[in-house]
Amino acid sequence: MYSPEEIVETYEMLSLQHLNIRTITVGINLLDCLDRDLDKVKSRIYSKVVDTALKLSKAVKEVEAKYGVEIVNRRVAVTPIAILLEPFAGEKKVAKIGLGLAEVLDKASEDAGIDYIGGYSALVHKGFTSGDLKLIESIPEVLSSTKRVCSCVNIASTRTGINVDAALKMGEVIKKTAELTAESKGVGCAKLVTFANAPEDNPFMPGAFHGLGEPEVSVNVGISGPAVIKAIVEKNQDLDLRQLADLVKRAAFKVTRVGELLGREVAKLMGVQFSTVDLSLAPTPKQGESIANILEAMGLERCGAPGTTAALMLLTDAVKKGGSMATTFVGGLSGAFIPVSEDVGMVEAVKAGALDLEKLEAMTAVCSAGLDMIAVAGDTTAESIAGIILDETAICVANDKPGGVRIIPVPQAKAGESVEFGGLLGSTVVMEVNRFKPDRFIKRGGQIPSPIHSFRG
Amino acid sequence: MFRLEVGVSSMSDERVVVTVLGADKVGIVAGISRVLADNNVNILDLTSSKIRDLFVMIMLVDISKSSVSLEKLKGLLEAEAAKIGVLVTVQHENIFRYMHRV
Repeated sequence: MYSPEEIVETYEMLSLQHLNIRTITVGINLLDCLDRDLDKVKSRIYSKVVDTALKLSKAVKEVEAKYGVEIVNRRVAVTPIAILLEPFAGEKKVAKIGLGLAEVLDKASEDAGIDYIGGYSALVHKGFTSGDLKLIESIPEVLSSTKRVCSCVNIASTRTGINVDAALKMGEVIKKTAELTAESKGVGCAKLVTFANAPEDNPFMPGAFHGLGEPEVSVNVGISGPAVIKAIVEKNQDLDLRQLADLVKRAAFKVTRVGELLGREVAKLMGVQFSTVDLSLAPTPKQGESIANILEAMGLERCGAPGTTAALMLLTDAVKKGGSMATTFVGGLSGAFIPVSEDVGMVEAVKAGALDLEKLEAMTAVCSAGLDMIAVAGDTTAESIAGIILDETAICVANDKPGGVRIIPVPQAKAGESVEFGGLLGSTVVMEVNRFKPDRFIKRGGQIPSPIHSFRG
Repeated sequence: MFRLEVGVSSMSDERVVVTVLGADKVGIVAGISRVLADNNVNILDLTSSKIRDLFVMIMLVDISKSSVSLEKLKGLLEAEAAKIGVLVTVQHENIFRYMHRV
């Protein structure tokens, strides 16, 4: 039998601290949909996505009821669509074909009750195929004309270095996407991430895609839980940091166990393989669900103050240590997310002048997600955005970690203005970008070679 | 009891934890256990205590011979709890085992 303290702790975590499963994301292999006949490709994709997604929805409902734990999002990740575009790469209207496939993904997710579908993606860390180029060109139109389709492009990896041409292209794609969705403040960019070392089993959007090393179908879980960790940090103000790290570790174990249990059961009900739990702490715009507030509860006056990077390292590491004990397979990004607009504490820190782009960049060196949901002025150039992307990917490549850039050049907005994106995306302040130009460096193009990590070979 | 979890265990697939929380008053135990008895649900273990000003009753019940589904039972218990004026949660035992036992 369980002690009342244990039962009440579970109750508190689930009810008062909003512990829930952020997402269960099912990866689906679409390689068997490859064909030169476009109609065949479309109908195969549609039925495969809908069939699997309906099974997912049914399993999620059943498991939620059994355990009294909310599963907030149901999502699907598919094989990078650039691969499915290859047979059409020689055709003139290939960008339109890409859009057509995206529309099928959008329709399938809507019909099956899926929040977001990821995988309008290309992996170009060592160069472009014809399909990759066409897919990247079509991203702005896809993101502005579909609702649920998410896109990620991997432009760098520890093994290959950084594709600088791709960084510049992504700068241009981001600008164009923002312009095409100007009416909603460039929010199309919220569905797009430029990655380094993109994981193949990431459950979180917009970075999720079903990698080529994955099985036919996989189930990946993203947990939540910042409020659980914050409550523990707040309650224990007199502990030293070693003791605090230990407590966070224990809490992370419990949080991750919930994800492990529910993920396993959903996979079992669907009759497919359970893959991984992503150990990331994911904030939401709700009060109390903020990573910045955890760092502040540790003793920083504001997130961004000197010491912030160290506090974040302690937090991320403790979550990883507790989490890896709780799950058989760790996947995805596994760290702390610091998306500015989705985290009220981050937004407040920016408003107070405590947190700027440069400090955020430093923080990404010790957590996984990268520069996430950053709003910048609408007149920020494609080259400056590419420069920000290059800096972030350099941190990831040098530290052998995944990470990305999700940046929104809000049309017409100036640094310091408030912007409201709505819903889970939250509201934020437009951040200041360094005004000096990186143009000549970026326009050299080519590939930044992979750094040496050790001389042992 | 001490074994490595591989897959979802079937050992306790029929055990459910019913937790009642609220201000202490007459009829909580009676009301909740009547619903369980009416639906042929056996109480395996029961403990009650006060934690941070809350009356907490925890029941470990066996639903293997229950005349209704877990979802239906949950609905009936929630209706009874609302009548009494307390909060009831019904969760499969696995979640506590996963969270609190290594």
